[in-house]
Amino acid sequence: MSSFIDIFAQHEWHKTKNRIYSKTAYDVQVALGSSTRTIEDFEALISPAAEPYLEEMAQLSNAITKKRFGQTIQLFIPMYLSNECQNICTYCGFSLDVDIPRKTLNDQEILSEVEVIKSLGYDHILLVTGEANNIVGVKYFQHALKLIRPHFSHISLEVQPLDQEDYELLTPFGLNTVLVYQETYNENEYKTHHPKGKKSNFLYRLDTPDRLGRAGLHKIGLGALIGLEDWRTDSFFTALHLDYLEKAYWQSKFSISFPRLRPCAGGIDLKSNMTDKELAQLICAYRIFNEEVELSLSTRESESFRNNAIKLGITNLSADSKTNPGGYANREESLEQFEICDERSGATMAKVISAQGYEPVWKDWDSVLQ
Amino acid sequence: MMHTESLKIADKTFHSRLFTGTGKFGSNSLMETALLASGSELVTVALKRVDLANEDDDILKHLNHSHINLLPNTSGVRTSTEAVLASQLAREALETNWIKLEIHPDPKYLMPDPVETLKAAEELVKIGFVVLPYCHADPVLCKRLEEVGTAAVMPLGSPIGSNRGLEMEAMLNIIIQQSHVPVVVDAGIGAPSHAAKAMELGADAVLVNTAIAVSNNPVKMGEAFKLAVEAGRIAFESKLGKASSKAEASSPLTSFLDQ
Repeated sequence: MSSFIDIFAQHEWHKTKNRIYSKTAYDVQVALGSSTRTIEDFEALISPAAEPYLEEMAQLSNAITKKRFGQTIQLFIPMYLSNECQNICTYCGFSLDVDIPRKTLNDQEILSEVEVIKSLGYDHILLVTGEANNIVGVKYFQHALKLIRPHFSHISLEVQPLDQEDYELLTPFGLNTVLVYQETYNENEYKTHHPKGKKSNFLYRLDTPDRLGRAGLHKIGLGALIGLEDWRTDSFFTALHLDYLEKAYWQSKFSISFPRLRPCAGGIDLKSNMTDKELAQLICAYRIFNEEVELSLSTRESESFRNNAIKLGITNLSADSKTNPGGYANREESLEQFEICDERSGATMAKVISAQGYEPVWKDWDSVLQ
Repeated sequence: MMHTESLKIADKTFHSRLFTGTGKFGSNSLMETALLASGSELVTVALKRVDLANEDDDILKHLNHSHINLLPNTSGVRTSTEAVLASQLAREALETNWIKLEIHPDPKYLMPDPVETLKAAEELVKIGFVVLPYCHADPVLCKRLEEVGTAAVMPLGSPIGSNRGLEMEAMLNIIIQQSHVPVVVDAGIGAPSHAAKAMELGADAVLVNTAIAVSNNPVKMGEAFKLAVEAGRIAFESKLGKASSKAEASSPLTSFLDQ
């Protein structure tokens, strides 16, 4: 059985980083001029040497995205089911050592959230929890999916990594997509930020997309948290992961997110800052490297960046986001995982998208499909 | 305007041989205007994009014209079982037994699965569907689809969305020559000249989406495709002269017979 762990073992962090930082303008020109692009081209496109080529990269990314996805942007909304967590993650507002009231939604609370979310127009929902297997485990997810499925045509899940068998127990309940971010591909740094709980097992997390692929998930979402380590090196490993997974699980679709760390309760100082210009470069680089991958941007980003990202290669946007369980029906701002930046509603985002000549897409899946 | 022969598929007659898709336009009203300019009478719409529970679904609202026939498609399904389920749902909600059968388990290149497509086509024909299957430019597969009763075959010209034209020309020629059902070249047609070429080869129709939807002016591009398809068809009906790489003024090998 193949696993990304074997590929990962062949790449050393510091050598990779040095390679990216020694890319030249010539490497960037070669990458831009190629008709099919390799992971070495991607290294050039995310390197500092590509910065002067940003406008050219943006134009290319825009054209490629239009050809594949048309002038459309899909909208989705997260729904937090629980903020219980038995992990310590130094950057997260749900971390076990952060003293906040904990809450897990019951049936009535889930349905109240669903009602509000449906009234906002959404049809794609992302369910989120912390990692607390005894409270929010497979049984809880099955039950929640059963309640939620009749109301949405596409359901994504962003929870703790599970075993392959567990994912197989969830797909019959209408689970379409699972997002699992590696946080950082630097194993040592990972251990510093995840000292306690099941999450401290770096390789188990790294192997999760393989387990999702084997379980036959329709879509798998990847990403590295931006702020923990050098973003260029982490992005290289994300792209390497994507490249491997596409070949290994050719029936699954993939998406990439770029979560830049935001302030939260008990949060750390960031080791690596990323400017807006660099985030734009990264978005374009992913698109030029991979024409088919979905690129998703959350409300962590500012209004102005999100407005302009529509034409850079982004295909999916969340909006209206509340990052606390029960946040839609009960508008009190508390228990949040992180503060969001763009607080505009989906209806407003739809107008912003339309004004740029793009169509906001609320439904692009059907419950008849896995 | 010169009239070309009309095209009959199952119980319907089409005056336009340009079929179109509905995805990728920047708005549904732009899609509507572009499709009207294209003159298309058969328009495919992805079941997954339509909100069947909503009578006022925005996509369907913009396709409500007497000359436009809806061709629901099964885009998103990965198996024949899912395809049959999706087709039944479409038939019930959209009140048409026409279905564009698309089974592409590979979400990257959207390559049609020949095994599942044949299986689903057979099943759907049995339960009363008019089946138009999207398939590879594989002459044997097209004959097999015809044998199980599909109303047409829709081989790809080149990978879907690629705008690369008729890269499968040699195979398309064979399919056109030996098909007893209409051949609709679907996928890969990126320019009006590609569409004209397909018609000159003798394809019965073409299906175009990306090239119209993502052009800078979808309305003008819709019209350009309309004209190209008409020109290609007129050329086909009036038989093109044989192409040759050199002038042939005499018959060097047989002229002695006339002496």
